Amino acid sequence: MKKILGFLVLALVLVISACSSDSDSGKKPEKGGENADGAVEIFSWWTGAGEEDGLLALIDLFNELHPDIEVKNAAVAGGAGTNAKAVLATRMQGNDPPSTFQVHGGEELNKSWVAADKMAPLNDLYKENDWMDKFPEALIDLVSNEGNIYSVPVNIHRGNVMFYNMEVFEKHGIEVPTTLDEFFTVAEKLKDAGVTPLALGDKETWEATQIFENLLAAELGTADYIKLFSGEIEFTDSRVVSAAEKFGKILDYVNDDHASRNWQDSAQLVAEGEAAMLNMGDWAKGYFVNDLKLVTNEDFGYFAFPGTDGDFAVITDTFGLPKGVENVEATKQFLTVLGSVEGQDAFNPLKGSIPARIDADPSKYDDYGKDTIEDFKTANLFPSLAHGSAASEGFVTKANQAVNIFVTQRDVDNFIDALQNAAPDM
Amino acid sequence: MEKDIPVRRKRKLSNDHLTAIAFLLPSVILILVFVYGFISWTGYLSLSNYNTIVPDFSFAGLKNYFYLFNDFRFQADLRNTLFFTILFIGAVIVLGLGLAILLDQKLKGESIFRNIFLFPMALSFIVTGVVWQWLLHPSTGFNKFLIHFGIEPKWYTDTTILAGFKWGSIEFGLPVAIIAVVVAAVWQMTGFSLAMYLAGLRGIDEELREAARMDGASEFQVYRKIVLPILMPITMSVVIIMAHISLKIFDLIYAMTGSGANFVTDVPGLYMFETTFRGNYYANGAAIAIIMLLLVAVFIVPYLWNSRKGER
Repeated sequence: MKKILGFLVLALVLVISACSSDSDSGKKPEKGGENADGAVEIFSWWTGAGEEDGLLALIDLFNELHPDIEVKNAAVAGGAGTNAKAVLATRMQGNDPPSTFQVHGGEELNKSWVAADKMAPLNDLYKENDWMDKFPEALIDLVSNEGNIYSVPVNIHRGNVMFYNMEVFEKHGIEVPTTLDEFFTVAEKLKDAGVTPLALGDKETWEATQIFENLLAAELGTADYIKLFSGEIEFTDSRVVSAAEKFGKILDYVNDDHASRNWQDSAQLVAEGEAAMLNMGDWAKGYFVNDLKLVTNEDFGYFAFPGTDGDFAVITDTFGLPKGVENVEATKQFLTVLGSVEGQDAFNPLKGSIPARIDADPSKYDDYGKDTIEDFKTANLFPSLAHGSAASEGFVTKANQAVNIFVTQRDVDNFIDALQNAAPDM
Repeated sequence: MEKDIPVRRKRKLSNDHLTAIAFLLPSVILILVFVYGFISWTGYLSLSNYNTIVPDFSFAGLKNYFYLFNDFRFQADLRNTLFFTILFIGAVIVLGLGLAILLDQKLKGESIFRNIFLFPMALSFIVTGVVWQWLLHPSTGFNKFLIHFGIEPKWYTDTTILAGFKWGSIEFGLPVAIIAVVVAAVWQMTGFSLAMYLAGLRGIDEELREAARMDGASEFQVYRKIVLPILMPITMSVVIIMAHISLKIFDLIYAMTGSGANFVTDVPGLYMFETTFRGNYYANGAAIAIIMLLLVAVFIVPYLWNSRKGER
């Protein structure tokens, strides 16, 4: 009995200490709120190399413009944003929202915090700053719901990029494939030569889902891709089935140990020449250049995922204004800087993304960036599924589970069934 | 007699008792609210429709439980947990007891060995997970060495199910990949059972063994008939402690393998975290939590019951 009592006391101490630390952190923003403007708390998962530098540069710029407003960087590390999202959910549900937080444009924003009526519309901010024609229309649609705009996009990443090892391509006399048929011919040739045609690291599953979403775009075209995720086209559509079949076929060309690798590990396979190609969002360029010290267009090249030339899988980080924050004006000031040309050009070159605005200064970006800024202006945009823009996070979670099972079992019927069953959650 | 009872109780409430109650009351209330209150709240959530980010506390009956038990991933989780628990507890007991008996042979430098075996316990499961993820990586780690002998196990990326047969929507059998995770968990926790068994062995009176030997028992018989039965309560404790670790395991697998291809290394804890915080399926997540609680209770309740009887 004594032991049990001891445990109870210990548990009590833990509970009390947990409570007290909780209430401490809960009170601080309130205290800040009593100041003239109050601190702007910026919540994100930007803690990695490059992205953190970008965020800090942005904060520096803001401090320069508004020395009277204090900025707090409340970044939460780990889990590609999962940890941050868990913390954010707790704070939002507990009515203790950060002043502004990172959220992918699209359904990750609309189907969650907007649907829960936790976000304030920013239409006036857009009007004041004359932003309506500074961002592409399709992008503004992505952060809007029923005529109201809910967040400010800061950057754009492209998801349908194929990176390749130029030396490997040259050695085996391979041309860049532009259609899926060409891709499969090339893959066969590489496989015969003993090179892994496509590097994959799907330890976290979304890497595989990203391949599937690009196949969907290739088979359906961007217009019907968007219809698919708005529920106007069923997952039983023959073109979706065909995308699933091709997905299975592509998986025959990936490295055997894909389940033990994350995307960086798979990028290394391409860098070392063990694998020829990698489908990854263009944050992989930052990894190649900054971490692996490779040179763009010398060591590695890039092309649009076969069949999606002229299309652009959008992954955009945006910041909105939660309802119930105390320092609305200061937060709006921050969002204004975030959406300005200076803000976007301070952040994006360091992060390795391109600006969401179409009038930013291309000379501040590297070759890849300039290319992509050009593509972005004319391409057909489609929202990424793997990164939460095309469908609700609930559907994305279930789609990832279906993909995980499919990667091993290759059962197309089962896969289509699972997606169709999850469709009501989109 | 009945009338006596209140009188006796009144007399029992001396000042000492009042102070004791006064001191205990805050903690009792806090525990009632923060532990049992929240458990009940989770229980209620698991019966609600709260499966989006917009709160919806309407009553859904057992819908979420039906969903889970029909779900491929959850069926796989239960299978993995079953095999993980059996292998993990079995290995920890056999290895811990074996090492404890060896260490008990009054050898020199015993404390050095004891510390070596206990050290892994000082690490967190996250560290263990990361290290073993590298060691058992199919393209690096041990395989760089094993490849010279012509074997190249796929470790935790192996999707084979040993002795599998179709049951529900999954293949039921031993997932080979789970063995890799068991190796890491056993490496970490064996020291703990070793310490417990060593303490137990030290507690056995040498006279007992002497007496058995005088009666002509062989050394093997001494262990089988005398030592092991005396160590039975310790084995019980080890089983309970290891069972609650293995049923709730999360960090080791999160750091080491993740869900694994085809969910061969997934466990309810991982599923709960992902479905709740990635998918916003709060009610489903709560249902998983309640099922995990019940699984642990299956082990813990008989144990508590038993020890309560012992104390009386």
